[in-house]
Amino acid sequence: MNIAMNLPALVVVLPLIMSVVAAVVPSVRISWLVTMATVLASAASALANMLSNAYTRSSYELGGWPPPWGIEFVSDGASTLMAVVITVLSVASTLYAKPLIEIEIHRSDIPRVYGAWLLAIGGLLGLVMTGDAFNLFVFLEISALSAVILIAMGAGRDRRALPAAFNYLIIGAVGATFYVIGVGFTYAVTGTLNMEDLAMRLPEAAPAPVLVGLAFMVVGIMVKAAAFPVHIWLPAAYGYSPSAVATLLSAVATKAAIYILARILFTVYGDMPEITVLILNWILIPLSLIAMFVGTILAIYERDLRLMLAQSSIAQIGYITLAIGIGTTASLSAGYIHMVNHAMIKGGMFMAVGALTVAIGRRANIGNIDGLGRAMPLTGAALLICGLSLIGLPLTAGFISKLYLVYAILDEGYLMITALVMLSSALSVIYLWKMVEVMWMRPLPKGVVVKENPWIYGPLWLLAAANIIFGIYATPIIHFAELAAQSLLGAGG
Amino acid sequence: MSLDTALTLGILAPLVTAILVPILAVRSNWRDAAGPIGAVITFVAALEVAMAVKNGVAVNFTLVILGEGLSIAFNVTPLGAIFGMVASGLWILAALYTVGYMRGNHEKHQTRFALCYAVAVHAAIAIAWSGNLLTLFIFYEVLTFSTYPLVTHKESKEAITAGRIYMGILVGTSVILLLPAILWVWTTTGTLDFTKGGILKGVIDPAYVPFLLALFAYGIGKAALMPIHRWLPTAMVAPTPVSALLHAVAVVKAGVFTMLMVIVYIFGIDFLSETGGSRWLAYVAGFTILASSVVAITKDDIKARLAYSTISQLSYIVLGAALATAAAIEGAALHIVMHASAKITLFFCAGAIYVNAHLNKVSQLDGLGPRMPLVFAAYFLGALSIIGIPPLGGSWSKFMLMAGAVDAAMPIMVAVLAVSSLMNVYYLLEPVWRGFFHPVNAEIKVSNHRLTIIPPVLTALLSVALFFGIDLLTPFTTQLVMP
Repeated sequence: MNIAMNLPALVVVLPLIMSVVAAVVPSVRISWLVTMATVLASAASALANMLSNAYTRSSYELGGWPPPWGIEFVSDGASTLMAVVITVLSVASTLYAKPLIEIEIHRSDIPRVYGAWLLAIGGLLGLVMTGDAFNLFVFLEISALSAVILIAMGAGRDRRALPAAFNYLIIGAVGATFYVIGVGFTYAVTGTLNMEDLAMRLPEAAPAPVLVGLAFMVVGIMVKAAAFPVHIWLPAAYGYSPSAVATLLSAVATKAAIYILARILFTVYGDMPEITVLILNWILIPLSLIAMFVGTILAIYERDLRLMLAQSSIAQIGYITLAIGIGTTASLSAGYIHMVNHAMIKGGMFMAVGALTVAIGRRANIGNIDGLGRAMPLTGAALLICGLSLIGLPLTAGFISKLYLVYAILDEGYLMITALVMLSSALSVIYLWKMVEVMWMRPLPKGVVVKENPWIYGPLWLLAAANIIFGIYATPIIHFAELAAQSLLGAGG
Repeated sequence: MSLDTALTLGILAPLVTAILVPILAVRSNWRDAAGPIGAVITFVAALEVAMAVKNGVAVNFTLVILGEGLSIAFNVTPLGAIFGMVASGLWILAALYTVGYMRGNHEKHQTRFALCYAVAVHAAIAIAWSGNLLTLFIFYEVLTFSTYPLVTHKESKEAITAGRIYMGILVGTSVILLLPAILWVWTTTGTLDFTKGGILKGVIDPAYVPFLLALFAYGIGKAALMPIHRWLPTAMVAPTPVSALLHAVAVVKAGVFTMLMVIVYIFGIDFLSETGGSRWLAYVAGFTILASSVVAITKDDIKARLAYSTISQLSYIVLGAALATAAAIEGAALHIVMHASAKITLFFCAGAIYVNAHLNKVSQLDGLGPRMPLVFAAYFLGALSIIGIPPLGGSWSKFMLMAGAVDAAMPIMVAVLAVSSLMNVYYLLEPVWRGFFHPVNAEIKVSNHRLTIIPPVLTALLSVALFFGIDLLTPFTTQLVMP
């Protein structure tokens, strides 16, 4: 038995097991080292797994039990790329977490925070890799419960983190329950939980439970993905959690759920386009379009930077679910490209806002960041780069997203949707520019001394640089995103 | 110097200049030397590239291939060769002038200014030499964003408002209209490469042509067609070196250059003249020419007046493109050069008057002529070139444009050009007339910053030289319209 064969399991199991270790070691530093080493190893496994398995579908049988009875981990274009995004962004977030968590969280709590941190990452990775519909629910709960702990840790600095965590717990549980009810329906009529097996048996099963099952699953996952209008947990969860947690969650958490959405629609129900088209065309596309505008407009009127970014995430998730809603190979690749790029963009922006918060010693809003762009040139420049990428300036990764997204929409002849996408992305310039104007065009208030910490702007610059590099040399992302789209659409039929 | 080196050097030299500026900022002399030196290197490279293009040698370079028919690539067209020479050549003088202006005016944030200025030129050169619409669009946006800090340089409330209008119109139009237009072309043809004779003939329903052209014409906000011209006058709050090189040459010329490239290499002149899909644009351009001339007459602020004159002159070029005949296209291409050298002269002069006499209104210039003879002489020549009087370069392009209008069977456009010239005479020559024939106002102190006076004199002489040296440019313009 060699390592290469076990890569899909290693990716998931490493963080899950090591979370215990990270939680019980007494030293803050060692706990961080354990966490860092784990996410690095997981990232390396995920990368190796993507390079070897992205081209064909391969299955890993947990415990040697063959599917459909045993649980299988599936490595194909779609899941391996997701795993790479999650692990690589986790590496960047963990680097960033070291200084931020020590600043924002009481020392005695830190090892346990790292435990929950690894558990959340492991849960998300499990979601992505598993090929079993019920096992997916288990991972959904693992990642959700650990995320609740992480969000609640923000209470040390801002008590509003507690209701945020509670809301996330309740709303998330409703979502997960919906999902599991949906699984129940499909299990009742097919007698299987394996996704591939479900895909084969569903078309022959009684139509009513199949349809109801899909409806429950999609709604449940949409809650987790923070799709409009079931996104209401997201702004507070991202806004009041510790900075490092917001970075991690914004970069990867909802992306995993969006991936599940695509998996259900295109793999599990892949042979039943007559049913899924209802959801895609009449639910996903209209809601995505509304999300693009609601998120952007709320972001424009928001003064608190963290909440502004959270609102902007709603809009960005709208772009991704729109791409899924269109449902062609081109649009799914575009959706994937944007998932990757948005992870880099929003991760970087939350990091930068965290850095500003540390520098001024309180929550950053439009009113108290005057002149910080000039006083903190490295942080400011990185924030600007990620922001320009967010609005899709050419030579940044965000432009590639927009290019492929609009191409995919136009290719299907949806002129009206193209116009709406363009309009909303032009509107997003406004909230970025509100930040730019106060950070660079106003003088620093007298008596304010800020300094930059290389441990904070280092990981931030990793993401900012990635936004530029993948904005010019986008070929690898496009390549693997296309593989992902093909494997999503190909697997079901 | 091999061609690849020249191409790379031309694109990278301004960028390297931009990177060096903050590093050299420890000594203001070193920092200020970076601009002119970078400009000379860029100009030499641009000349080398242009000579090769003139001899029919292909100069191209692919940076990265993104996907089917999608790449960041450079391929110098005859029009691009001309624009590259204009932008880099005038940058040399503008860089010298900038030093004089910024120091003479004791402006703040000179390092940021110099950095963004160089990035803007980099974008302009990359636009000039881009080999496909995607590359052009990329640097078009870079140009917008890099000039924003220049427009808001003063950081006053007025400047920030101007910056908002600037970004709002330029980014808004490009994202909402231009990018979809480009993607429309990509989905119908599968390519975005600039191809001789165009790529749309036979693949697009002629009925759609006016709509696609409208997306381009109003998506290219930098061409300042009415009613999306507002950004240009408001951008005049920027320091004069910005108005001179960027808002008379690089930015606005990038707009009309894009317009010409789209019409010549994407639509194809023959396709447009067969379908008549661009006739409406000729009328819009004609309206813009006259309307902005009328507005210019009402402006007392020198820079505002010049800005409206620029809007009017840009529409000459759009008109030439819309007429879509060989002569009109040649005239439009020549007008890029002629108007650039003349208008930069006028802005240099306006800035020189501001730095040396602290005046910025036409009505304040009474009797100033004899006290600043070189500046006013340069202004006079520049104005004559824009009016189109021989022996100044502007007469050639105006002549070609009129000939093109006749060819296109739109003689009314000849009348438009003639009326506009008459209005030019009035509003451009008023400062000269006031300067020399009105009584002197002795209270005004006049200083003498040489770096602000020599560049306009040189560009004025360039306008004269372009009249006699037109043979150097015609090989490019003939290649441009050759089938």
